[in-house]
Amino acid sequence: MSNAIYAAARPTPIPVREILPWLAFGGILALLSIYFVGAEQGATALISGHFIHEYVHDGRHILAFPCH
Amino acid sequence: MVGGLLLRGMLAGILAGFLAAAFATFAGEPSIERAIAFEAAVEQAEGQPSEPEIVSRETQRSVGLFTAAMIYGAAVGGFFGLAFAFAYGRIGGPDPRAVAAILACAGFIAIGLVPELKYPANPPAIGAQDTLGARTALFFVMMLISVLAMVLAAMIGETLRLWLDSWNAALAQAAVFIAMVGLAARLLPSIDEVPASFPADVLWSFRVSALGVQAVLWSALGLGFGALTQAHPIKRR
Repeated sequence: MSNAIYAAARPTPIPVREILPWLAFGGILALLSIYFVGAEQGATALISGHFIHEYVHDGRHILAFPCH
Repeated sequence: MVGGLLLRGMLAGILAGFLAAAFATFAGEPSIERAIAFEAAVEQAEGQPSEPEIVSRETQRSVGLFTAAMIYGAAVGGFFGLAFAFAYGRIGGPDPRAVAAILACAGFIAIGLVPELKYPANPPAIGAQDTLGARTALFFVMMLISVLAMVLAAMIGETLRLWLDSWNAALAQAAVFIAMVGLAARLLPSIDEVPASFPADVLWSFRVSALGVQAVLWSALGLGFGALTQAHPIKRR
């Protein structure tokens, strides 16, 4: 009985095929951001120099990304 | 609809990143400063020239910290919004705030807590330059395993409930997650590059504050996203 009410109240899920394009778009954006905050000019570098590393330095440490 | 959830996640994430950075200013910055002082003292004792300052400490601990945390928050929040788009209607009830809270707990455990238990956050002055690549790779591998284990544990819930009541099914899901990440943590190599003379209390307070930053970030993200989605309901086609 309570299960039936619960099931009726549960909203219709969003189909996976509607989520996937957004996952591709948002996922690339998000991974790129995490890369620049967490690893750029550290383990690897797309841009030469140390500015990005130095700028996000404290954040990178406190967010637990390996540094130095 | 999905785009709206992505946007909500990013907005809640930026706010969560701001709060996490504010927490870090009080909880983490003192130990970062002490670690830098230790580093400078070691360099001086060894007669090494200190590194040139490209970005001032003042900028690093204020704007730099907030920028980093808010970009990270936006990225994590974006993934969170998409995870919510998938989870809503598939786990939990009709209240978006409760689904967001469950997801935030799962995200905190899988992304914030577990990788840091295996590869704890380190303040400046710890870590060799030549192992940085390996350490970065291992950290992300541990995070990936942890996220996959969480997804798998969530996926078997439906099947487990055929045999178990929902309480015991949840316990079994937790056990499966712990077994998987525990095995991964056992198999992956450990890293300990803390100099013998590094003050233990600085290391402890830095690592606790790093976990605190994750706790603040995920709490604010889950609760903020839930409130946003409750206030502006998901539009259905």
